[in-house]
Amino acid sequence: MGSQMPKVTVDGTELEVPAGATVLQACELAGKEIPRFCYHERLSIAGNCRMCLVEVSPGPPKPQASCALPATEGQVIKTDSEMVKKAREGVMEFLLINHPLDCPICDQGGECDLQDQSVAYGRGASRYDENKRAVTDKYMGPLIKTTMTRCIHCTRCVRFSEEVAGVDEIGALYRGENMQISTYLEHAAKHELSANVIDLCPVGALTSRPYAFEARPWELKKTLSIDVSDAIGANVRVDARGREVLRILPRVNDDVNEEWLSDKGRFQVDGLTKRRLDRPWIRRDGKLTPATWAEAFAAVASINPGSSIAAVAGDLVDCETMFAAKALLGALGSSLLEGRQTGMSYPADNLAAVNFNTTLAGIEIADAVLIVGSHIRWEAALLNARLRKAVKRGARVFVVGPEYDLTYKAEFLGDDAALLGKLPGHVSEAFGAAKRPAIIIGGAGLAKGALGPALALAEQWNLVRTLDDGTAWNGFNVLHMAASRMGGLMLGYAQAGGIADLVAAKPKLVLSLGADEVDYTRFAGSMVVYIGHHGDKGAHAADIILPGSAYTEKAGTYVNTEGRVQYAEKAVFAPGDAREDWTILRALADAFGVSVGFDSFEELRAAMVAAVPALGVEGLADYGALPQADKKATAEGTITYPIKDFYLTNPIARASATMQRCSAELLHGEDFAEAAE
Amino acid sequence: MTVAQLIKSFTLWEFLKAHLITLKYFFKVKATINYPFEKNPLSPRFRGEHALRRYPSGEERCIACKLCEAVCPAQAITIEAEPRDDGSRRTTRYDIDMTKCIYCGFCQEACPVDAIVEGPNLEFATETREELLYDKAKLLANGDKWERALAANLEADAPYR
Repeated sequence: MGSQMPKVTVDGTELEVPAGATVLQACELAGKEIPRFCYHERLSIAGNCRMCLVEVSPGPPKPQASCALPATEGQVIKTDSEMVKKAREGVMEFLLINHPLDCPICDQGGECDLQDQSVAYGRGASRYDENKRAVTDKYMGPLIKTTMTRCIHCTRCVRFSEEVAGVDEIGALYRGENMQISTYLEHAAKHELSANVIDLCPVGALTSRPYAFEARPWELKKTLSIDVSDAIGANVRVDARGREVLRILPRVNDDVNEEWLSDKGRFQVDGLTKRRLDRPWIRRDGKLTPATWAEAFAAVASINPGSSIAAVAGDLVDCETMFAAKALLGALGSSLLEGRQTGMSYPADNLAAVNFNTTLAGIEIADAVLIVGSHIRWEAALLNARLRKAVKRGARVFVVGPEYDLTYKAEFLGDDAALLGKLPGHVSEAFGAAKRPAIIIGGAGLAKGALGPALALAEQWNLVRTLDDGTAWNGFNVLHMAASRMGGLMLGYAQAGGIADLVAAKPKLVLSLGADEVDYTRFAGSMVVYIGHHGDKGAHAADIILPGSAYTEKAGTYVNTEGRVQYAEKAVFAPGDAREDWTILRALADAFGVSVGFDSFEELRAAMVAAVPALGVEGLADYGALPQADKKATAEGTITYPIKDFYLTNPIARASATMQRCSAELLHGEDFAEAAE
Repeated sequence: MTVAQLIKSFTLWEFLKAHLITLKYFFKVKATINYPFEKNPLSPRFRGEHALRRYPSGEERCIACKLCEAVCPAQAITIEAEPRDDGSRRTTRYDIDMTKCIYCGFCQEACPVDAIVEGPNLEFATETREELLYDKAKLLANGDKWERALAANLEADAPYR
């Protein structure tokens, strides 16, 4: 026993299982399917649905809940005996006693654990004639629709909000048959990951409110994609019917998003059909008027910028688009590329210094973390869940920046960036004693020049080290907010002086690749050509608008904040006359009479990989070692977080009615609470 | 030629015999019917033109579960749904392309609320193809028009289900 691998027998097959595994995990390792409702790999064990019963000897002569029973040496487990079959049928019958037979009007129908398992393990007919329990529906906010009569009390949602999200938003009231899942005072669930309980719910008690009654799972075309609402690059599945994306669900990737997705990434989908640019527009006499593609290209060609052209990349664009624009500018003889729209100008010659080196999964085992100028809950909600795990393991967290609720214990040191040069003694002590220390610098920190002092701290605290078990540890992290940032930096979308260099060059033509956060008044003397998908700030300032594709409408490469190269596939076609971005840039090359060297998407991707080989390999890019720290570097100024509204950070989210309602109700306290039907 | 044949041919025997058969059928009950004015009986299971039924209260039965759409082998049914103002699940669009439909009756078998049914009507030929693209209003109107016959058919067939 002890730390040895216990040997168990599952249905006649003998196998070794990891120490500490449960009987359910042992059965899974043996390839046996064990039905379950309350058990979930990423949540604590509750053992209250009783669906996972198996026969275990030695032990009492009755079926046992396998999810809560540790596997021990010499156990003989039966998952297919008559006793197990009967036990499962019995449990299923009890579960269905109070579960309404409203599958035809239930949104979970077709992807419901209870439905599937009652077909697979149930009795087939009901013997229950008495009255069923009915429960009033609860209000859980603009994202979660409740039908609490369907609840089977698995408490997955309660455990998720307590353990992963870290907020006591959802809980159980009363007991036994009277138990009710509730947000206590019928508050809306406010956490950024709250909608994950919809995926967790094994029945139709918690379903998606914006997606209510929209479609059945069998109607949807599923496409693998990457979320662009933040720089985490969560792996998602885009579900579309016809030309419309109906919903986005997370995919499992333990290295990136585990199996969660932020509410913004999940529910900004309805923005993909609103405020779209579906035809070219040309500004004539100060007013944007519709035009044809031929007119638009002719108008761009007539600007005839020569080499006086600059490109600004937006937060949502893929690497292919950025590379195509770079190739176009290169052919015209310009290299004025920038992606940091808000004017940041940190040095980007060594990408290790602006990368999340610890990796998202790695930060879970950090034992001391200093966060400099990052509202992590809003800038990377999924990273906050990871940090919460680190704190539960005993990590100490210090924050330089204005106070906010991190959902775990953290010490706020103040909001002056200069603190980095004179950290309190106990912080240095904690980092001196820490085995796996880490620094995280957010956008607000970068804006105040925290990168230099942080690199000095990295040297002082020896953040790059070899751990006792021989693995390498790099505790220096920069947390970006834009999905395109790392890809842009790899492709050279960075000027030494930031976007100010572009302004100073006074280009005749500014190519805006979906850049909606730029202050366009600084480019007053330039013609602005906007290639993007939403009628947002960038389109308003543009002189010519060329309608492009949103992230669900084109295949693309994205690099997340930890330098992980990931590929997204095309789910639907862009609306109206809109085209894929790279085809627009290819056509512009013809309009300008230059050659960019690619005629198809494959050629474009090949050229991009030839220029930046790391983009051709899925997975973490290697940026080498951290640069030498400049000991004299100082940061100054009061840190203010750039994100003022979590739900409205990008043009897709701003066009989304769901996100607008979330912002109004959850952040600004407007009252939308309605009596649940 | 025998004598018997001679007599038969001079008395026009075959001719008379044929007329006798004609006369016999003249007084027999007719096998044909005077179609538009007279009609054959139909089984309660006859699968004719589709209709969407209502409850006696006037509430439409269809709850947009989309099972008929899923089961339709000809993919003739298109449904879109959203929550109605009172929060209930209802269709905003229920189209049947009657030119695609093969009248297999799977839709009415799949329906959990007996909303979509194939009624006894078989006389819905149209002059244009477009008229055979039925929408929700047309199907509900069919339901209202044929409700008595539909209800009677369902009741007649109920003991065998």
